[in-house]
Amino acid sequence: MPLLKPRRKNPVLRTRQINLPPSARSRVALGLTAAAAMGRFELQQCVDCKSVVYPPREACPRCASSRLRWREQDGAGALLAGTTLHHSNDLFFRERLPWRLGLVKLDAGPTLMVHLHGAVVAPQDRVPARVHIAARLDRAGQAVLIALPEKDSPNMADDPMLREMSSDPKQRKVLVTDGMTPVGQALVREFARAGAELIWVGHAQPWKQHGSGLETIAGLPQVTLLPLDLTDGRSVQALAGEIGAKVDIVVNNAEVHRGFGISARRGTDVAKLEMEVNYFGALRLAQAFGPALAGRSADGAANACAWVNLLSIYALANFPPHGTYSASKAAAHSLAQCQRAELRGAGIRVVNVFPGPIDDEWNQNLPPPKLAPAALAAAVVKALRDGIEDVYPGDVAHEWFERWRDDPKVLEREIAAGGA
Amino acid sequence: MARRGYDGVALAVPVTVPYTRYSIRGAHWFLGQAVHELCVASGLRKEQFDGLTVSSFTLAPDTAVGVTQHLGLSPRWLDHIPTGGASGVMAVRRAARAVQAGDADIVACVAGDTNHVDSFRQMLGSFSQFARDATHPYGSGGPNAVFAFITDHTMRTSGATREDFGRLCMDQRHNALASGGTLFKRALTMDEYLAARPIATPLHLFDCVMPCAGAEAFLVMSAQRARDLGLPHVLLRGAIERHNAYADDPVMMRGGWRMDRDELYAMADAGPGDMDFVQTYDDYPVIVMVQFEDLGFCEKGEGPAFVRAHRFTWDGSLPNNTSGGQLSAGQAGAAGGFLGMTEAIRQLTGQAADHSVPGARLGLVSGYGMVTYDRCLCTGAVILGASQ
Repeated sequence: MPLLKPRRKNPVLRTRQINLPPSARSRVALGLTAAAAMGRFELQQCVDCKSVVYPPREACPRCASSRLRWREQDGAGALLAGTTLHHSNDLFFRERLPWRLGLVKLDAGPTLMVHLHGAVVAPQDRVPARVHIAARLDRAGQAVLIALPEKDSPNMADDPMLREMSSDPKQRKVLVTDGMTPVGQALVREFARAGAELIWVGHAQPWKQHGSGLETIAGLPQVTLLPLDLTDGRSVQALAGEIGAKVDIVVNNAEVHRGFGISARRGTDVAKLEMEVNYFGALRLAQAFGPALAGRSADGAANACAWVNLLSIYALANFPPHGTYSASKAAAHSLAQCQRAELRGAGIRVVNVFPGPIDDEWNQNLPPPKLAPAALAAAVVKALRDGIEDVYPGDVAHEWFERWRDDPKVLEREIAAGGA
Repeated sequence: MARRGYDGVALAVPVTVPYTRYSIRGAHWFLGQAVHELCVASGLRKEQFDGLTVSSFTLAPDTAVGVTQHLGLSPRWLDHIPTGGASGVMAVRRAARAVQAGDADIVACVAGDTNHVDSFRQMLGSFSQFARDATHPYGSGGPNAVFAFITDHTMRTSGATREDFGRLCMDQRHNALASGGTLFKRALTMDEYLAARPIATPLHLFDCVMPCAGAEAFLVMSAQRARDLGLPHVLLRGAIERHNAYADDPVMMRGGWRMDRDELYAMADAGPGDMDFVQTYDDYPVIVMVQFEDLGFCEKGEGPAFVRAHRFTWDGSLPNNTSGGQLSAGQAGAAGGFLGMTEAIRQLTGQAADHSVPGARLGLVSGYGMVTYDRCLCTGAVILGASQ
């Protein structure tokens, strides 16, 4: 059954509040979460005897080696047994019963307790059903395993269990904070395609609208244009007062991006403006809209669920030709980590997007490959659908991230020497 | 080196601190009551208990050490055995060796837990590292989902039916009512069993034990000492234990009893057919069936047929859990691992009153404990024999 448009909410009834699934984990188990945050299913594998092990642990049960490394798994397995919970001592599950669980033998070795997607058929007789295991972040932001059918089925993403682990825009109401950029317009078109019910589109500086491309999305039936200037606290508050209690997904793509580092541009005016939008703007937006989202995070099938921050791969390591911009994005990244921690208790997913250079006018002087706005928008929606928390869209971003993860100091020296 | 037998080791003075569904008392109260009852029933002073084992889940932050000061004991031999359903068998084995070696003269083996209204829920997430990381986040509410998997798998591979499990539960309820020590006041019919509300399919309400508060205890000493004190006692004829057996089985189908049962029966110079009764560990009825298979009462896969061929009431063809087991008496935490042991001592010393197994001389007590992830890790069993 495809997800239909949720019925209009009865304003007299109490809004359901969120209870999170159990979120405590040992430190070693957080490796599963770290991989799931990027959409990967990784388990520990022993360097010495090659055994794949689960649950996460500190030593290999086969050879007692302590050299266990997280390695991506293909997720192929067989469902050995299943159950449907009709009782749980945990409030999150109690409110969502019945709830299916399974016991899966992964082809790679270990036995896993997993959530069972509705399209997975229960085990019959002695023949185990083939399943595909994915690691997803649950509403507490911690990784859990879910068995999906081996082949994708129609409306698979509409499964209530999977929707608790994703932030699918389908039938949800979205705010895109800046519709005047190619990225903003691509995002709006992508959300419309993804089945968003309503898309509010912010725009600052009305005198610049002509030629911005805003008119190309204004005619979409889902779209409503609204004035929004992130440098102006009253503008942000006014919009929050108007739509804050209805927004399910906030996408903050508003940014100021200018070139140069410290010495090529005199003074601090441009750097201040970058901070004013990229950092303080994000802070104003988070303060105005965050509590409203948190209050509606369990409100029916189209609950408030996610916050997307458009950051930059330069948030990880400064790119001197765009030095002050990098600094503002590093500040925004740090703020986003705070926001993620604060919204965790409400079950709101904070999705941080780290693109490399986007193919727009402010990256005119950078060589390709550059990320097309449409590709960035597609990556954002895919991340929401797949429950991914950190997104590195495009080849440049991916490579930067790998280099940064390998050794941030080496990356700093590479960049300082003129590498990009 | 050949393993030494348990010759000359006796178990005596079975006591039970009556179970209550909930209690506002702490675990120490129940352990203290158990020690008090041991003194009353044996006529000994607590200073004469120079060995002590303690089993409890709700004792934190204390361990067995804290219990000595709390209860004013000064043992020269002490063991903390927090292994739940296996704690009874494990306590007997350790205490027996201490007595044989002369490290202790009289060992008080004590197990008990309290149960506050919310303590079961609070324990679930901290039961083990694997539970916290890999089962608790799935909402399974403790071991229910794990044993639902094992039951589901067993039913599909062996042909066991809900009626088979219902038969085990009904007979245990019959025993519980005969023994009187139960929180349940009525017989269980097959219709009621089958119509019970689902908990985690295929498990329904009466497949699950009821958590409660209570304690069980007994004494271990040499047979000579028991005779000198004039205490009715039983003899330890054999004992085994095994942990993390068959770890490569993707779903639990076999228990560790299977690895060591030949040694158990050889020590006792007896076979499964010689047992006048069994006290199986019954956290869920499927595990009772698994024990019949892995302790050699029937072949693997024949559990369902075996269950259909027997009656398990105290006066049936194979009396099982003659005091009702945990399914009917309740699960008082770690005391659940002692329940079969105290009952077996009563049966073999003529203290089982109206539910005495006629002419009982030999009985088997089995333990099974600690669901750290997808199965219980500890298995064990003892054979007890009448002393006269």
